[in-house]
Amino acid sequence: MLEVKNLSLFFRMYDRAFKRQDLKVISNLNIIARPGEIIAVAGSSGSGKSLLAHAILGILPKNAFMSGEMLWQKNPLTIKIQKRLRGKEFALVPQSVTYLDPLMKVGRQVSRSKDTTLNLFRRYQLDESAASLFPHELSGGMARRTLLGAALAGNPKLVIADEPTPGLSQDLAENAMAHLREMANNGAAVLLITHDIDLALRFADRIAVFYAGTTVETANAQDFANESHLRHPYSKALWRAMPQNGFEPAPGTQPYAGALPQGCLYAPRCPFATPLCINAQPESRHLRGGEVSCNHAD
Amino acid sequence: MGITKAIAIYALRGVTLLLAVSILSFTLANLSPINPETRYRLSHPGASDENVSRMREYWGIDEPPVERYLGWLSGILRGDWGTSTSYRQPVLSVIGVRFQASLALMMTAWTFSGLLGYGVGCLMGVFRNRMVDRIARRVCLFMCSVPTFWIGLVFLAVFAAALGWFPFGLAVPPGIPPEQVTVAQRIHHLILPALTLSFLSFANLSLHTREKLIDVYDSDFVLFARARGESDIEILFRHGIRNSVIPALTMQFGSFAELFGGSVFAETIFSYPGLGAAVSAAGSGASDMPLFLGIVLFSACFIFVGNLIANILTHVIDPRTREGAKA
Repeated sequence: MLEVKNLSLFFRMYDRAFKRQDLKVISNLNIIARPGEIIAVAGSSGSGKSLLAHAILGILPKNAFMSGEMLWQKNPLTIKIQKRLRGKEFALVPQSVTYLDPLMKVGRQVSRSKDTTLNLFRRYQLDESAASLFPHELSGGMARRTLLGAALAGNPKLVIADEPTPGLSQDLAENAMAHLREMANNGAAVLLITHDIDLALRFADRIAVFYAGTTVETANAQDFANESHLRHPYSKALWRAMPQNGFEPAPGTQPYAGALPQGCLYAPRCPFATPLCINAQPESRHLRGGEVSCNHAD
Repeated sequence: MGITKAIAIYALRGVTLLLAVSILSFTLANLSPINPETRYRLSHPGASDENVSRMREYWGIDEPPVERYLGWLSGILRGDWGTSTSYRQPVLSVIGVRFQASLALMMTAWTFSGLLGYGVGCLMGVFRNRMVDRIARRVCLFMCSVPTFWIGLVFLAVFAAALGWFPFGLAVPPGIPPEQVTVAQRIHHLILPALTLSFLSFANLSLHTREKLIDVYDSDFVLFARARGESDIEILFRHGIRNSVIPALTMQFGSFAELFGGSVFAETIFSYPGLGAAVSAAGSGASDMPLFLGIVLFSACFIFVGNLIANILTHVIDPRTREGAKA
């Protein structure tokens, strides 16, 4: 089980005058990924979702700094442990074929052991001859299956799929999701990072709604059946914005990193905001079988 | 593009290039104030008009330039590159002897700058923005900005004059019959000019390799490699070299022009009896036009072959441009 508690992340940058500037991209994020379950982190593009994946794997750039707590199997997830688990218990399913070395045959990239590679190829219905192709020679579907195979090579306990479906046809996207489901059913914890809320609703068990670098709510997928089951005003606005639920846009835009409000990140757009919301970011709390960071949710 | 078509295109390019070079260099030589007549008058003050007119006739100075060019060109095609006026030997045999010496020098410099330049580039890439990289980068930028002749003189002053580790010049010790010269002596004479010659391309190659490696380290596939537990060193050997060695090789073969140009300076400074020294002598004091034009044509061939190898290597090694790739 992976627990992320109050994770904040900022980039330290130097502008022309060597003035230091810290750019906060994730603030007080909470998430739990349990074995046998797919949890989707759903949010709009540019909200820092991929950075969460990189933070868990310990592959952030050097100018990134973190605070908060990450626990893996109840133990603090230190850099040393991250290093040991990467590629073994932790697996990343990358989003596109650019994550494969363009000059290396794909067979050798799926796994260094030939037997493992062939087993994975069989499992994902890839022809053995595909092992000796270069990434640019693969079709979209083959590339997708190859990337899944490469991620699975170590029999992982935590699978982080970072936007695994954009650019895929409906069939292939569903196929990819089915593979993730299968991994979860085999006991892995699957963290699905996506901006496709429909896809998340169909395949995930729980949805963490991501807004401006934090999780405002964690809901069961069923909660999205009805607006009243949701907890956070942003989740509700998101629900109303879905085509099948009225297609009603919420006014305002998500704040950019570097211009985040001091209190609740949603307060500037929230119809229920009070001075309490504007002064401090609300703590995450349990509510009706989910979690929410809102002073007014009930 | 089929392989036969590719060969045909390269062959056509080579022929047109050499034709263009021959026309241009012949025209320039023709325009220069030095011709056999002025040379003859300079070396024989008070020559009689009769002798001068016989000389003009012998060299065909009164014929139209186009006719002289065609005569020269047909000689080249038949393998008669003329006679060097300063060596009194056929141009081709002078080039042959001189080229052997130059080839030893250029290939030593080329191999040295290639291996070490690539190695230093990898080092800078792996330790990018760390102390090693910052120091090496400054040294490389310095090496890039230093002219070949200047560094040659500095090497002479320091290693030959002050420290006395290496001889002042020439390819063999003076006063020893050629058959008694040992390989060690030849190498001893080769080191300083070769170092001088490798200076420029060394720095270019390592800076280029550094940039290439940094691109690789910033790429998605290296991020994925990290996510799969590969260390920086593993990434260098599994992905870094694979993705940076082709551009490095291409660059190294493409640098034959700089190599040849540099050898003119290096050989002149170290009195090294190679093609570079010969061309600078033929083009200045000796004004040996047949030899000069011959070397110009020969060096054009040499550089063309370098670029050709660079192109072929890219096609053979890089699967994305490889012939018959299943797209």
